Amino acid sequence: MCGGCGCAGSEVATILDMETGRRTVLERNAGPGPVAHRHGEPGHHHHGTHDHHHDADHDHHGSHGHADGKRHHHEHGHPDGQDHHHEHAHGHAHHPAPRATTQLDLERRILDRNDAQAGLNRAWLAGREILALNLVSSPGSGKTTLIERTIHDLKGVLPIYVIEGDQATANDAERIRKAGAPAIQVNTGSGCHLEADMVDTALRALKPAARSLLIIENVGNLVCPALFDLGERAKVAIFSVTEGEDKPLKYPHMFAAVDVVLINKTDLLPHVDFDMRAAAENARRVKPGVTIFELSARTGEGFSQWCDWLLREAASARETALR
Amino acid sequence: MHELGITRNIVGIVTEAAKGRRVTRVTLEVGQLSGVMASAIAFCFDAVAQGTPLDGAALDIREIEGRARCTHCNTEFPTPTLYTPCPCGSRETVRLAGEELMIKTLELETV
Repeated sequence: MCGGCGCAGSEVATILDMETGRRTVLERNAGPGPVAHRHGEPGHHHHGTHDHHHDADHDHHGSHGHADGKRHHHEHGHPDGQDHHHEHAHGHAHHPAPRATTQLDLERRILDRNDAQAGLNRAWLAGREILALNLVSSPGSGKTTLIERTIHDLKGVLPIYVIEGDQATANDAERIRKAGAPAIQVNTGSGCHLEADMVDTALRALKPAARSLLIIENVGNLVCPALFDLGERAKVAIFSVTEGEDKPLKYPHMFAAVDVVLINKTDLLPHVDFDMRAAAENARRVKPGVTIFELSARTGEGFSQWCDWLLREAASARETALR
Repeated sequence: MHELGITRNIVGIVTEAAKGRRVTRVTLEVGQLSGVMASAIAFCFDAVAQGTPLDGAALDIREIEGRARCTHCNTEFPTPTLYTPCPCGSRETVRLAGEELMIKTLELETV
């Protein structure tokens, strides 16, 4: 269950190689899932003796029955102004009386594993002088159409490889393949974003050529993908003029994490109330100095500037590869 | 955001570090600008910890306020949002705190 977007994370992620038609189930190295029980009894009931030991120094108001054996939150003031949550286990009486404890200073980043894999991806890509971009947006902003036109406009100039992320279907990878670029479809199942290990697996199947452009189309979602580094050189956000100019303010985590903003569907500007100046101002408010392109993937308007930027970045990826 | 996945990462890392010992307390630092809701981690923790060495462990989450320094006037100031400008009006700032997502300490039963 993802607090923001409701994804459950229980369905398996798969990748589909559009060249060979081979589907592979991703072996995830995440921690134990929520259904991992090692208790012998069916239904996982906790009856019998219940040890209730409270070691924190605070008052308990009211009576505590806990017949249901569940946890509860204790609200109490902290003079230092910091909030923290106290969770007290009730009804877990598997272990006998409290034993001596020792403290271990761990100091580990929670996204350590993803970040380490992203670092490996980045080094692999840099060694091959590949420009890797992570495209993020809400669903329906025109990401796939934009990639199709980019493939068309850069044909013969810059080879393009695409990793398509969606919860389900290979529709987008099929479109990309028809547009003329090798593509791998990653289906995240119920997952709401791509993670670095999925990109690693996809790269092994895709085998992008040296000095190419790798476009990773993330799952359409402006929330979770902001947290997960994939090893890209830059994140590019796309939002369209039909979405409203305040999108960067509504999703500041994502817009603060991107290097480029593409404002798409400019061909629809005569038909919608969209203030382009306010949109650009909002994007810069969240990310000062962000590069902004206005374009239409349908008509090709504004694409020469976008493609020029891609070629400059690709050249820069070659120059900086060995630094 | 993706708090269930985050919580699984926490339980995975702690299980590894505990090397078979029972974990009685986990202390996290979660920045208020990290994009992760502390309350949602607390909500998931019980379910994810079941059947692991963290089963029944207490969870302490220290929420860290956002703070930044202005690159123009060098003032340090609180940043309740990711785009809070400096009181001087500048938006050219360096984040000092608020994006933490750390497992700080574990309390383990001594065998």
